[in-house]
Amino acid sequence: MYLNTIALSPERIQRFQEIASTSIGPLIEGAIKYTIPLAIIAFSIGLIIAIFTALARISSNKLLRAIARVYVSIIRGTPLLVQLFIIFYGLPTIGITIDPFPSAIIGFSLNVGAYASEIIRAAILSIPKGQWEAAYSIGMNYSQALRKIVLPQAARVSVPPLSNSFIGLVKDTSLAATILVAETFRRAQEIASMNYEFLFVYIMAALVYWVICFILSIIQGRIEIRLDRVVGKSGGLS
Amino acid sequence: MISIQGLKKSFGSQEVLKNVDLEIEQGKVVVIIGPSGSGKSTLLRCLNVLETPNGGVLSIDGQKLDFNSSVSKKAIGAFRRLTGMVFQSYNLFPHLTTTGNVTEGLTTVKGLSHKEAVKKAELLLDKVGLADHKDKHPFQLSGGQQQRVAIARALAMDPKVMLFDEPTSALDPELVGEVLRVMKDLAHEGMTMAVVTHEMRFAKEVADEVIFIDDGVIVERGAPAELFNHPKQERTKKFLSLLQV
Ligand SMILES: Nc1ncnc2c1ncn2[C@@H]1O[C@H](COP(=O)(O)OP(=O)(O)OP(=O)(O)O)[C@@H](O)[C@H]1O
Ligand SMILES: [Mg+2]
Repeated sequence: MYLNTIALSPERIQRFQEIASTSIGPLIEGAIKYTIPLAIIAFSIGLIIAIFTALARISSNKLLRAIARVYVSIIRGTPLLVQLFIIFYGLPTIGITIDPFPSAIIGFSLNVGAYASEIIRAAILSIPKGQWEAAYSIGMNYSQALRKIVLPQAARVSVPPLSNSFIGLVKDTSLAATILVAETFRRAQEIASMNYEFLFVYIMAALVYWVICFILSIIQGRIEIRLDRVVGKSGGLS
Repeated sequence: MISIQGLKKSFGSQEVLKNVDLEIEQGKVVVIIGPSGSGKSTLLRCLNVLETPNGGVLSIDGQKLDFNSSVSKKAIGAFRRLTGMVFQSYNLFPHLTTTGNVTEGLTTVKGLSHKEAVKKAELLLDKVGLADHKDKHPFQLSGGQQQRVAIARALAMDPKVMLFDEPTSALDPELVGEVLRVMKDLAHEGMTMAVVTHEMRFAKEVADEVIFIDDGVIVERGAPAELFNHPKQERTKKFLSLLQV
């Protein structure tokens, strides 16, 4: 056991303090410039994909349903890491070269889109049939009933699972390190490869993610309380 | 006002409405009674085209919909606007306030401005006795209040005919009266109404005609006093004896 000799000598602690103060800046910069924007942009695009995919999956058009099902099946049935590699390292071999950050945006959007579409589909299907009928009975057509009556209620149902997806996405963005996006985890890898303090540096990176997710979970709680107040626990009758 | 000719509706192999013919004159109130599963709701839902009939011709206020040939979505939409529907389970929009429930159709379907819609909603909510509850959400209202909002919501679209499908069946007994009172007022104002209900007192007091449906056919029809006191058909007698009216 070398533990005692190399573990926590006063010099080592001193060194940790130096590393902490010099590397926290780059780590936070990675989070602010890449991790958070990546998560927000990919989630926004993913949500739009998800809504259309969910609508396609419940539509009466067979072709649309089939396309949506295949898309969801492929994304959910393959590893995110492999999807990112196909986009960033695979596509250039057929002449399509995309920069790291846009590649990551594409990969994460498609990924979130598929998973969130399942959440939104379930939320739409959870709205009682009576709501559609009431909307039709006052003369609305399908798209009006969907936009004005069903989606607003489905949105409230899907907030908790979608917030979980978003928090999951924030953590998944660390995979973008593998396609050269200079986000939090890639910065950590670079720092650690210079000073060899892998444990310490990776724990610091972990803390950065944890702080972001902790803040997000507080926001999530607030939103849910608000929504409960607006819709009421009783939700829809029928 | 309403004319139904040869209306047919099946679910799968089950024939729920078998060649129903019915006329309802302008301003008349028709109460529809019959055993569970006899097709009462289906009949109203066909008039509101929430169910697509398999055959027959519907006509309301001169507008015709012929289900013996194919019918466009647009025609169905236009036809549906002639009727207002009140459901047993209210089906209010839980994410909207009382006012929002009434204005939604006015702004989205009729294209009224928000201001005009709110003005109209206020008049209607006042009429159904809910002026003091206009900013509440449905879950903050009693069943009777919710059903009255639902009536206001339907009335807002200026339907030619109001359809009520067991509007008081989901209500606690002490709340039934307030809903029936609103319906009575409507009848007295000359609204044409088709009401499925088990409230025999309402039928006796308000209905111009009572229709007894069994197994997808109209078995008997007549003025309430006549049909309740001197039913001609055996099936009607049996049904009424079970109701003990
Ligand atoms: N969407 C549907 N799919 C399949 N069968 C249906 C559907 N709607 C109604 N039915 C069937 O049609 C028949 C008539 O139903 P309907 O709801 O019109 O009866 P009802 O007279 O209103 O009965 P109740 O008094 O119980 O409300 C029933 O046997 C019912 O099971
Ligand atoms: Mg019924």
